[in-house]
Amino acid sequence: MSRTVQPSATDIPENPAPQSGFEGDVVDDSVGGYLRGYVNRVRGGDLGALPAVAGIVVLAILFTGLRPDTFPTPLNITNLLVQAVPISLLAMGLVFVLLLGEIDLSAGVVSGVCAAVMAVMMARSGIDWWWAVLVAAAVGAVIGLFTGVLVSVVRIPSFVVTLALFLGWQGVTLRIVGQGGTVPVRDPVIVGFTNDSLPALWGWILAAVVIVLFAALQLNRWRVQRSRNLASQPIAVVVARIVVIALVTLAVTWVLNLNRALNPNIQLLGVPYAVPVVVALLLLLTFVLTRTRFGRHVYAVGGNAEAARRAGINVTRIRILVFALSSTLAAISGIAAASRLASVDPGSGGGNTLLYAVAAAVIGGTSLFGGRGRVRDALLGGLVIAIIANGLGLLGVEAYLNFIITGGVLLLAASVDALARRRAAATGH
Amino acid sequence: MSAPTFRPDDDTPTLELRGVNKSFGAVQVLHDVHLTAYRGKVTALVGDNGAGKSTLIKAIAGIHPVDSGEFLFEGQPVHVTGPRDAAALGIEVVYQDLALADNLDVVQNMFLGRERRTGLLLDEVSMEQAARDTLARLSVRTLKSVRQQVSSLSGGQRQTVAIAKAVLWESKLVILDEPTAALGVAQTRQVLDLVRRLADTGHAVVFISHNMVDVFEVADRVAALYLGRVAADVPISEVDRTRVIELITAGRSGDLGIAPAAIAEVGV
Repeated sequence: MSRTVQPSATDIPENPAPQSGFEGDVVDDSVGGYLRGYVNRVRGGDLGALPAVAGIVVLAILFTGLRPDTFPTPLNITNLLVQAVPISLLAMGLVFVLLLGEIDLSAGVVSGVCAAVMAVMMARSGIDWWWAVLVAAAVGAVIGLFTGVLVSVVRIPSFVVTLALFLGWQGVTLRIVGQGGTVPVRDPVIVGFTNDSLPALWGWILAAVVIVLFAALQLNRWRVQRSRNLASQPIAVVVARIVVIALVTLAVTWVLNLNRALNPNIQLLGVPYAVPVVVALLLLLTFVLTRTRFGRHVYAVGGNAEAARRAGINVTRIRILVFALSSTLAAISGIAAASRLASVDPGSGGGNTLLYAVAAAVIGGTSLFGGRGRVRDALLGGLVIAIIANGLGLLGVEAYLNFIITGGVLLLAASVDALARRRAAATGH
Repeated sequence: MSAPTFRPDDDTPTLELRGVNKSFGAVQVLHDVHLTAYRGKVTALVGDNGAGKSTLIKAIAGIHPVDSGEFLFEGQPVHVTGPRDAAALGIEVVYQDLALADNLDVVQNMFLGRERRTGLLLDEVSMEQAARDTLARLSVRTLKSVRQQVSSLSGGQRQTVAIAKAVLWESKLVILDEPTAALGVAQTRQVLDLVRRLADTGHAVVFISHNMVDVFEVADRVAALYLGRVAADVPISEVDRTRVIELITAGRSGDLGIAPAAIAEVGV
């Protein structure tokens, strides 16, 4: 029988069997090509960290102009970073949930429940701080499992499940704390988490470790990709990224290591303990999301759940685990918030806590439609939100305006996300 | 074109179905179906809407296991009761909707659900190399980069990725469900070339299509389904376009096809 296939225009004839694999890989790997690719991606709707970074820069300049005496001081910058800690921790968990295309409206109040559990254990039963923290995290995980089962096994839309739980868990916090009561947190370790700082030398050592680790990982990956002839970024881009991260790390460490005491007779300086903890969680969760099978499957379920199911991925299990992870991070966020205020009350985790965290994730670049997002988005977006909250506080803006502005920022971020998505659909990115 | 394992004289069919029946409740969808697919050959599966093509491939893929009849794979009787059984035998199906995750890149999609690991870590290096090797083996030159997101690919490129994904797994039988249905002229060309190369690299290929031009261009054999029965399963050289269309629409064409009695029994 004769073959009926004719050579075609798209097929390069007389090309011998390829040597090293993929001669069709014609991506321009010069710096210019990389930049062009980046500009194309941005124009195609994939904005990445751009809105958050621009937001941080613009807001910092704005508030520095409006309050030059109080905004850009070491004391306020430290405050601002610590303000960002609970928001960012909560947002890190929400990034995972949003990646699946789900939402967790109860994350804020779950942080309140867990903080209340911890505070009550320590204040009323005198239990050690580490034991109380462990139990609070476990409570968060169990709550997340419960939410996850309702969403992925019972198949109730996550919006409805978590809206119901938003109300329900507030009642539980009220029951634990007691009507009108406030549970003080006096444990020096818990309070010190956000209120005490590392000695200056340790701050520098940690900064150096982070920079060296980041540079080593980046350069090693580049070297392996190059030696195996795989797709890689231009070395100049890799080095530039390392330099930027190093400069930011060193600048933040420097500011935090300046004396920020208002009283000239005492010295107050150093990196707050919470900052390295957040950085460690950022690295750990980024690792989970980008280097492990679980993380890959989270992206796959968010991108195309049916494709994931057919590929043999247990979609139900991924969903439950993500809600458990998110609620566990909510617990840690609740502990950080309790540490900052040195108390837990029935309103802890309520109000605008969740709104701030969702806004942080979305401003950072995580899509509300699922499938797109990174852990670092939580940190960048958390900083934007913290700068807004902090700056408005310094301006002495009335409460009503504060609500309106923060709500507006979330709407703005969601609009950018929706428009970027439409643009991406139109341009095929 | 390298053809490492292509043996044209090998006359044991990779897949052979004998007398397969399948009912959904009271409705019998497949009647006494015989089908063969040979390594190195493209078998076109044609039939009108509702003829049972989709049910047949889902039966082969283990999604709707057959009720009765013999299922032979490489000459051995086997029992396919679920998708995992089919995958373990080396049967891969590329469905019409392709089942790709837009937000992942080409390599990530090809290894989805079967990621290679070293310890806890994903082994990106080995996966990217294997993906490149597979694409190179299929002479795919239409992708800019294996690290492109699938959302940025054209319809033909997506089809290519879906087919390459099926080939990655040492598959022996690849079933393609209307791979050219939604494609333009140039992209149809690419995909048909790819289908041909699949057979040339030693796979048995079953190719579902409504397009007679495509069928006659790429197929070695043609199997026509008519109301759940196989009207003919013959080398393509024995039929022409008109006869295949008769087989599809009437179940008979000259000496080929279902006996008139059987057609009468169906009540058409």
